[in-house]
Amino acid sequence: MATESKTPGGMTRRGFTAAAAGAATWVLTSCGPKRLYEVPKEPLKQRIAEMEREYKEKRGMDLHISDAGPMPGVHFAYALDLSRCIGCRRCVYACVEENNQSRDPQIHWIRVLSMDKEKGVDLVGADPYYQPDLVPEEGKFYMPVACQHCENSPCTKVCPTGATWAEKDGIVVIDYDWCIGCRCCMAACPYGARHFNWAEPAIPPDELNPNTHYLGNRPRMKGVVEKCTFCIQRVRQGRYPACVEVCPVGARKFGNILDPASEIRYIIEHKRVLVLKAELHTVPRFFYFYAT
Amino acid sequence: MRRPGLLVLSLLWGLGAAGSGQTSPPQSAPKGAVERLELPPPPFSEGIYPCSNCHAGMPVNRTRRELTAMHTDIVLKHDEEHRWCLDCHDANNRDQLHLASGEPVSFEESYKLCGQCHGEKLRDWRAGVHGRRTGNWNGEKQYLLCVHCHSPHQPRFKAIAPKPAPRRPQHPGVSTEKVTHGN
Repeated sequence: MATESKTPGGMTRRGFTAAAAGAATWVLTSCGPKRLYEVPKEPLKQRIAEMEREYKEKRGMDLHISDAGPMPGVHFAYALDLSRCIGCRRCVYACVEENNQSRDPQIHWIRVLSMDKEKGVDLVGADPYYQPDLVPEEGKFYMPVACQHCENSPCTKVCPTGATWAEKDGIVVIDYDWCIGCRCCMAACPYGARHFNWAEPAIPPDELNPNTHYLGNRPRMKGVVEKCTFCIQRVRQGRYPACVEVCPVGARKFGNILDPASEIRYIIEHKRVLVLKAELHTVPRFFYFYAT
Repeated sequence: MRRPGLLVLSLLWGLGAAGSGQTSPPQSAPKGAVERLELPPPPFSEGIYPCSNCHAGMPVNRTRRELTAMHTDIVLKHDEEHRWCLDCHDANNRDQLHLASGEPVSFEESYKLCGQCHGEKLRDWRAGVHGRRTGNWNGEKQYLLCVHCHSPHQPRFKAIAPKPAPRRPQHPGVSTEKVTHGN
């Protein structure tokens, strides 16, 4: 290009920049610990055993950390029936208990928004702090929001360390050992689904769920970001997520979108379905629907 | 269900998959499979069943009336203008129900009775979309009968108390509640 200046070596400025960036990436990625998806099975097992030992030393408790990978032919999706949800927040607290979220400072992966039926889905006027004696309230409907596990996820693109990515089964995960707490992903997420551990998370020892996954509900540390993982420790064993099982009105549905006989496929094919902020082209794997 | 028997098949497949560890979705579902749902027993009130324990020797009274001697706790709020006990409960065999056609139905299969009016709900329920499911997304799931969640006499859900609202954002250390920091 005529406008491009040449460096003494005869390289264009653009070429030099690209080469420099490439070299920097190589240096960054070849030093330090490997990211989970680059780690061969054996060292990963050792790392997990080490983690379990560390945890036992620190808390005197046995913790199981799973490293179960994605199942072939499975792509997870979630659906939530807006015409059923009564805003009781049972899911919020089942999630906290299942996924070892910090009680203080408080972290909730699910946030239930109360909205006016008259206005429809209106995120600006939504109230997450509603606290009436009884729900559902007259004229209100409720929209629980957590990670939407986007196909085109903005959060994973901005992570400078590659600590967060989408697994083959569609679950967007975080490797807490690689998270540096810069919170770029939180700024990038249009759903407010990511949460930061501002202080050392506090969980009463008797409430800790010892069945964990490396990329999911293993206890986190101060300074890392966390979010919904579709209960990766459960769903990779074939179980439903905790929020699905606790919902008293059966508003929450989960399954394999590649399976034509799954509940999810039935919903997408038969019900009125919407995704949050479709205009952003994040392509969520979390669908809202109206069963009636 | 788009295809009858799909659900049954998926259940059977789930059982098979649980045993063999396979995870690939089922490819096809043969038509005409017999419906077989794994359902928990109906939620009878303590000591109420079998109904024939009391009703066997009693004369049948089809008159709409206020019940004073027994079942006073039952208040019918379910299209009560058009319905009375014996429209669903069978007068000849008190230990079962009957459809509008007169065909008897056991309490274990009461969803068939509900499905006469709420056919679209029944369809969704069979597909796993209406109602709560627990268990495995790719295998055995626990279904519930309609009556486990909806009282057949007053099916509308009662309002319940919500769990506490989240705390508003705060600076660590500034909160009035104790903030526990690690070691």
